Amino acid sequence: MLRFVFHRFLLMIPTLLGVAVLVFFMLRLMPGDPVATMLLGDAGGANIPPEVIEQERARLGLDLPLYVQFFKWFWSVLQGDFGFSMWTGKSVAYEIGIRLELSLQVAIMATILAVLLALPLGTLSAIFKDTWIDQSIRMFSIAGLAVPSFWLGMIIILLLLSYFSWIPPLTFTSLWDDPWTNLSQLIWPAMAVGYRYSAVSTRMMRSSILEVLQEDYIRTARAKGVVERLVVARHAMRNALLPVVTVIGLEFAFLIGGLVVTEQVFNLNGIGRLFVQAVARSDFTMIQALVLLVSVFFVLVNFVMDLMYAFLDPRIRYR
Amino acid sequence: MKKLSVLLLGAVALATAGAMAAETPKPGGLLKFAVSAEPPNYDCHAQTSFAFIHPVRPHYNTLLEFDTARYPAIKGDLAESWTVSKDGLTYTFKLRKGVKFHDGSMLSSEDIKATYERLRNPTAGVRSVRQASYADIDTIATPDPLTVVFRLKKRNASMLSNFASPWDCVYSAAKLKQDPRFPERNVMGTGPFTFVEHVAGSHWTARKFDGYFEKGKPYLNGYVAIFISGAPMVNALAAGEVVAEFRGHSPADRDRLVKTLGERAVVQETPWVCSLVVTFNTKKKPFDDQRVRKALSLAIDRRGGAQALSKVALVRHVGGILRPGYELAASEKELVTYPGFTNDINASRAEARRLLKEAGLPNLSFTFTNRNVAMPYTPVGVFLIDQWRQIGVNAKHEQLETRLYLAAQHRDNPTYDAALDFNCDFMDEPNLQLQKYLSHDRSPINYAQQTDRVLDDLFDKQSGELDKKKRYAILREFEKRALEQAYTVPTIWWHRIIVHHKQLKGWHITPSHYVGQDLADVWLDQ
Repeated sequence: MLRFVFHRFLLMIPTLLGVAVLVFFMLRLMPGDPVATMLLGDAGGANIPPEVIEQERARLGLDLPLYVQFFKWFWSVLQGDFGFSMWTGKSVAYEIGIRLELSLQVAIMATILAVLLALPLGTLSAIFKDTWIDQSIRMFSIAGLAVPSFWLGMIIILLLLSYFSWIPPLTFTSLWDDPWTNLSQLIWPAMAVGYRYSAVSTRMMRSSILEVLQEDYIRTARAKGVVERLVVARHAMRNALLPVVTVIGLEFAFLIGGLVVTEQVFNLNGIGRLFVQAVARSDFTMIQALVLLVSVFFVLVNFVMDLMYAFLDPRIRYR
Repeated sequence: MKKLSVLLLGAVALATAGAMAAETPKPGGLLKFAVSAEPPNYDCHAQTSFAFIHPVRPHYNTLLEFDTARYPAIKGDLAESWTVSKDGLTYTFKLRKGVKFHDGSMLSSEDIKATYERLRNPTAGVRSVRQASYADIDTIATPDPLTVVFRLKKRNASMLSNFASPWDCVYSAAKLKQDPRFPERNVMGTGPFTFVEHVAGSHWTARKFDGYFEKGKPYLNGYVAIFISGAPMVNALAAGEVVAEFRGHSPADRDRLVKTLGERAVVQETPWVCSLVVTFNTKKKPFDDQRVRKALSLAIDRRGGAQALSKVALVRHVGGILRPGYELAASEKELVTYPGFTNDINASRAEARRLLKEAGLPNLSFTFTNRNVAMPYTPVGVFLIDQWRQIGVNAKHEQLETRLYLAAQHRDNPTYDAALDFNCDFMDEPNLQLQKYLSHDRSPINYAQQTDRVLDDLFDKQSGELDKKKRYAILREFEKRALEQAYTVPTIWWHRIIVHHKQLKGWHITPSHYVGQDLADVWLDQ
């Protein structure tokens, strides 16, 4: 098992290295100058001499040859220093740090909500296949897939505004400082995102259970006289969870940086919005760090999923 | 009917605004307002965006400031009084006594000198984007702690207004001596509010400065600027989570807010010192041909467009190179004599077709480069393309994100054919608004690439002319030539709409979203 874990861990290194190289050079290949965007983007009337733009490019190190820029940046990253935002001048770690708590919390809350809905609903739907229970659950989950999270978010906001003349707080308060204020802000986006997330997982859970229920060992268990509840809980669900775990893991990693529109709708100061702002501002250092961060999340989630596969299916760890 | 009710409400609101002067300000309260973007750093001298002015300006004072209730009148801020010599070359300012910085140190003329030296001649590593505005200053003298004297190399008609620029925050000379880049990361001025915190991406908080030099001010205990934009910002205003946003709303947002807030809404509207201009790349064929450029300008029905677009976008006013309504702008009588501004659009378009035929391009096609910013770029871009279609010209609308848009108009290697460019200034002043029309080697913001020494000479003449009547006449000469040559042509000027909650008092709209934001006179009726 340890060898399996070590092997999987080593595989993460070339993946992240490849991401670092790709993101750095792809950003530089794009046309446009981040300094011009920064100085001229908001005010066409600004009478900024070209010398000032050149000075700023030099200050940010953008006048150096590309390979020098890359190695300087990469060496800093290896030392855990992601540099400074080209837009704000503040440390990239600080900019990401103040937003990560919010994004992680929304992702965790949405995941909990999705799992709490998906596992029982998916299982029920499979057990009662083609009955009114199955049809209702399928309708509920298909609606979840069809409705975009941001649209649902907008509807939630408009309903709150119309019926209660209230909208969720505009600024983030940590869960540890004031749980009530924190939850009154984040429960709504978690619901909007969690619904779609649960729909994907419910569908996956249903089809997975249906497939497993056709397996020989299920028939054997039934033939031995095991009660149906135990057949499903002990034999079917555990095996059916493998693909569902994959979906949950990938969705969770996606939520860290992918809630761009939902964050905009709820005015959440999260990683997704920072990503969009960094791209709009051509903030190279920030984009590089964010892409790496999201890649690390994906790679780590994959790593954890591999471990869970090994836990759920002994054949994998014995292989 | 709907329009009428909005107008009536606006009229009531303006009447209310007029009555505000008679009301007695109430101290206290925390003002929450929205800012639809965020400042990149804290240095006034290096900034160009309202996203900076709105949260940061209340921490600072400037030498002079605009009197927002009587815009464009100027009044003293840190300066108690000032004189200008008869030859227009010496400006002497007497400073207020007892002005303190937030760290408790006293303001003196040395602070003013250090600030303006930093603006006009920044040391290495310091960024000043306003060097050009103060290039005419020769020396700055401080004969005593409360007097500062600016001597100019040549006369400059805009100099006094420049001293009221909201960007020219006065910094502590002592702090600048310790670190010339101190203001980039620290907020320490003499303004009515002291800095509390800036949570990146979220909000900016300030509290009342008890040592402020104007006794009894500011009225507010503090403010929170919340960074929020688009529909969520309108929702926040509707829910009362914020009481104002000071840049401007679209007509649709105004109508929605007025409908939702009812009597709690106050609407203030004015023409805006912002315009969209069409720029032709004169280095590229066929835009090196004056007939082609003029034809494309002649085809635009600015009056019809202003009427139609003002219903859906924040553009409304027809004007030349200066904001309509500004004292140095062309009168309506003069405006109709310029190409593209006549009341007879059919005659204009017939002339446009003739010019294109004469240039051998009756079926001209080109790419029109625009920003991918919805308001007001997209509707104005669509409108222009339709206008050109009506003279047989086929323009492809290319909307690019800011970085690519600026790259297409690169100074040394422009790739665009024609583009929709923008110009927003902090005040009505020909020395600012005419920059787009100067020769390429004279102006960093000329994207048309042309060299026209006649325009350059006229610019210099008007800039040094202190007599308003004479300056007005030179400006008309400049305007006539600029619009005839049509390197860059104005389209429709913007219209600023602010909807705020009734409880917000003491704030007056001006044609610039950069001025009048120190919040010293603002109070909450609660």
